[in-house]
Amino acid sequence: MNQFSTLKNISIAFCLLLAMLYAVPNIFGSDLAVQVSATGDASLAPADLERVKKILDTKSIAYKSVELTGRRILARFANNESQLTAKDSLKQGLGRNYVTALNLAPSVPSWLAGLGGKAMSLGLDLRGGVHFLLEVDMKSVINTAINKSYNELRALLRKDRLYKRVKIKGEQVVILFKTSEAKAKGIELIEQELNDLQVLEVSLDDELKISVGLTKKARTDVKKNALKQNITTLRNRVNELGVAEPIIQQQGQERIVVQLPGVQDTARAKEILGAVATLEFRLVDEKNDVKIAVRSGRSPAGSKLYYFRDGQPLLLKTRVITTGENITGASSGIDSQNGTPMVNITLDSAGGRAMLDTTKKYLNHRMAVVFIENKVETVLEKGKIVKKRSTTQDIINAATIQGTFSSRFQITGIDSAREARNLALLLRAGSLSAPIEIIEERTIGPSLGADNIIKGVLSVIIGFILVLIFMAVRYRMFGLVANVALTLNLVMIVAVLSLLQATLTLPGIAGIVLTVGMAVDANVLIFERIKEELRVNSDIQKAISSGYDKAVLTIADANITTLIAALVLFSFGTGPVKGFAITLSIGIVTSMFTAIIVSRAIINKIYGNKKKLEEISI
Amino acid sequence: MSITALKVPTIDFVGRRLYAIIFSTVLIGISLFSLATNGLKLGIDFTGGTLIEVGYKQKVDLSEIRSTLDQADFKHANVQYFGSTNEVLIRLKPQTISSAKLSSKIIRLLGDDVDIRRVEFVGPKVGEELTNDGGLALLYALIGILIYVAFRFEYRFALGAIAALVHDVVVTLGVFSIAQIEFDLTVLAAILAVIGYSLNDTIVVFDRIRENFLSTRHVDPEKIVNGALNQTLSRTIMTSVTTLLVLLALFFLGGEIIHGFAVALLVGVLIGTYSSIYVASSMILLMGISKEDLLPSEKEKQAIDTRP
Repeated sequence: MNQFSTLKNISIAFCLLLAMLYAVPNIFGSDLAVQVSATGDASLAPADLERVKKILDTKSIAYKSVELTGRRILARFANNESQLTAKDSLKQGLGRNYVTALNLAPSVPSWLAGLGGKAMSLGLDLRGGVHFLLEVDMKSVINTAINKSYNELRALLRKDRLYKRVKIKGEQVVILFKTSEAKAKGIELIEQELNDLQVLEVSLDDELKISVGLTKKARTDVKKNALKQNITTLRNRVNELGVAEPIIQQQGQERIVVQLPGVQDTARAKEILGAVATLEFRLVDEKNDVKIAVRSGRSPAGSKLYYFRDGQPLLLKTRVITTGENITGASSGIDSQNGTPMVNITLDSAGGRAMLDTTKKYLNHRMAVVFIENKVETVLEKGKIVKKRSTTQDIINAATIQGTFSSRFQITGIDSAREARNLALLLRAGSLSAPIEIIEERTIGPSLGADNIIKGVLSVIIGFILVLIFMAVRYRMFGLVANVALTLNLVMIVAVLSLLQATLTLPGIAGIVLTVGMAVDANVLIFERIKEELRVNSDIQKAISSGYDKAVLTIADANITTLIAALVLFSFGTGPVKGFAITLSIGIVTSMFTAIIVSRAIINKIYGNKKKLEEISI
Repeated sequence: MSITALKVPTIDFVGRRLYAIIFSTVLIGISLFSLATNGLKLGIDFTGGTLIEVGYKQKVDLSEIRSTLDQADFKHANVQYFGSTNEVLIRLKPQTISSAKLSSKIIRLLGDDVDIRRVEFVGPKVGEELTNDGGLALLYALIGILIYVAFRFEYRFALGAIAALVHDVVVTLGVFSIAQIEFDLTVLAAILAVIGYSLNDTIVVFDRIRENFLSTRHVDPEKIVNGALNQTLSRTIMTSVTTLLVLLALFFLGGEIIHGFAVALLVGVLIGTYSSIYVASSMILLMGISKEDLLPSEKEKQAIDTRP
């Protein structure tokens, strides 16, 4: 007699029911929605929900529902048009402390969502969007840190006038002391006061020369902080772009992954994410002749030659009044006097004070705004990979100070409204602490995403049906049982993917297709084994049970080796490879359960309780 | 099907293994030759570069796009249809202005009425890393499997399995090299899946070989191996057929992007089925496997005997 215990049967049934429950959310589809969340870490209150409702009501935009879930408000709409108008009016109505973005909200019934039921999350290749891999230029990070150390060292050693010369050489600071006593004292001071620095070499070519560099810990800390700060800035910028469910993640020591589902205007996204722009405010040098400076190529002391974007030269004072770091607010607009694009700036108190002092003192002088952008690019030159760094410094505006002002003023003279918008956004979101470079981009347009889903799902279904037919023809009753097991296997894969919220990608679908093909293998092994047993064993019940028992070890061996390959894929893979490895691994594990245990349970129900079996349909 | 009709085929696989060895040697020779001379047509995942797929509302003339790009100084752009004559794939090798901004420039050139379906940019450094990582992944997968099989069976089985795997990978790569099908990340994933699949097949055969060695008094390894191959033959074929069925579905319906993936697996499954029958078992016979090798060792026996 082949029977599972009641307890075993119940637990198998329980597992399968659970799998079905968590697979079900995927059949409900999704609603067009607008998602509202707070910028930064702030969370939303029920009052915000009322505000959203009120805005939609006053604009008389029909919505399906508006709800506050966790840290976001989701407003669902019946059609694309009301979704788009709702987004615009919510963006206007709520102001800058909120992020409004278009989204697709899965329409899972609330009782199911309450049990933790979620639909699978679709990868960018299925829903459309952009994937960026950004690399922080760590060399500039270290250079900045060395510059800072250089200033610190000078300040420290200046007190007692210990040094003759301090110079930056590569990633080190070289100090030439006046005397050997000064050197000894200097080293002692450095070791006591500057924890981030260490003396690397005592006496280089000169007895009195030493070189100082960052400690190992300081180096890693500097890099870590730069990465962290860049992630924060990128997050702010992405919030400004208005993207639902963006992913901004560290990858490795110096890279950041940014994924923006549903973003269409990738050119703008690229511009905004990669820009390392800041502003400097400087006075115009009106005493010296700019023509002489241009001709000689040398700037007079205290001044530096700059150019407007159209190439016109201008001498500016080297002293910086204030920089982009002191900017707390920025918004773009149109200058009411001449109708050109402008940016409204708000400074913090330090910046405001500096501005007030300057404008008081230099009334009727001219002041310039310099736009500084650092770029880094990796290019292939003569077969070699080279990193190219460049800085552009353009004057975007120079105007006469017509009145004293402190923390609030405008910058005019910007070329286009788009540029004004971008500049305002960048100033608001903060500047990146180090230049970054896009080293990988993968954009999938929404039409291709939709195509991929259709094609992927279609090939799963057709492949699946072919296998079902084949199995039924070859193994009859047992084949039908295997088909049930195979179907349940698919359900389980979907359930596990939904529960883990693993991202389903097109290669992931390929992984599912492949598991369908391979999952039947376990059943084929078992059935072939039963057939063999039947030749030597007249007791059919015994043949079934020994067929299962003997095949199980083989199945386990075969699947574990495949699992090893899948796990290696997972740990090494990026993007597409990972998606494939995930579904393949899940498929292997679930197929062992369905093909061995579930199929056995069904066979037992059909044949197991008959004492004398004359024939089985295999 | 009634019980009496069941029979195990008695094909003399082992006897014909010389032909198989010659066949495999030729296959590998051709593959290696092509890999050495033609190389693989590596996709931008590995070489770095830019790829843009655009869709037009109606049939589009490639020469028009080419001349637009030529005029804008993108002379090395490779332009071709992708799937249909409404869709165009533009490829740019990494170059001095290779940056993420390149794609934006081209998209601006093509005008507003195109549908941007896909843009991929891979920096030269990333491409190099992916190539290294891909190679390493293959290597680690092989080592992991080697260890597991050596642990579960015996080292000769492990070597036999690895020989079959290397055989399959080389031949699949050879097909990609000869046909000059683009080799991208998804194809690499497929090759790793081929490893998993081929191994699966090989292990099933090995399992039966071991079982037969231990359960019968036959000491002729050739007979035992041949018996095992025949006993597992119908399973080997069945599984290959079901896997091939879904792969064909993927090949014909999965879309252009997944094509290379499907081809790699189709080739891999066919060659993997062949190699698990001929290559793996020939290898263990060649290395001289015998019943004694699979029995518990003297030390283990002693350990069992001295147990209280």
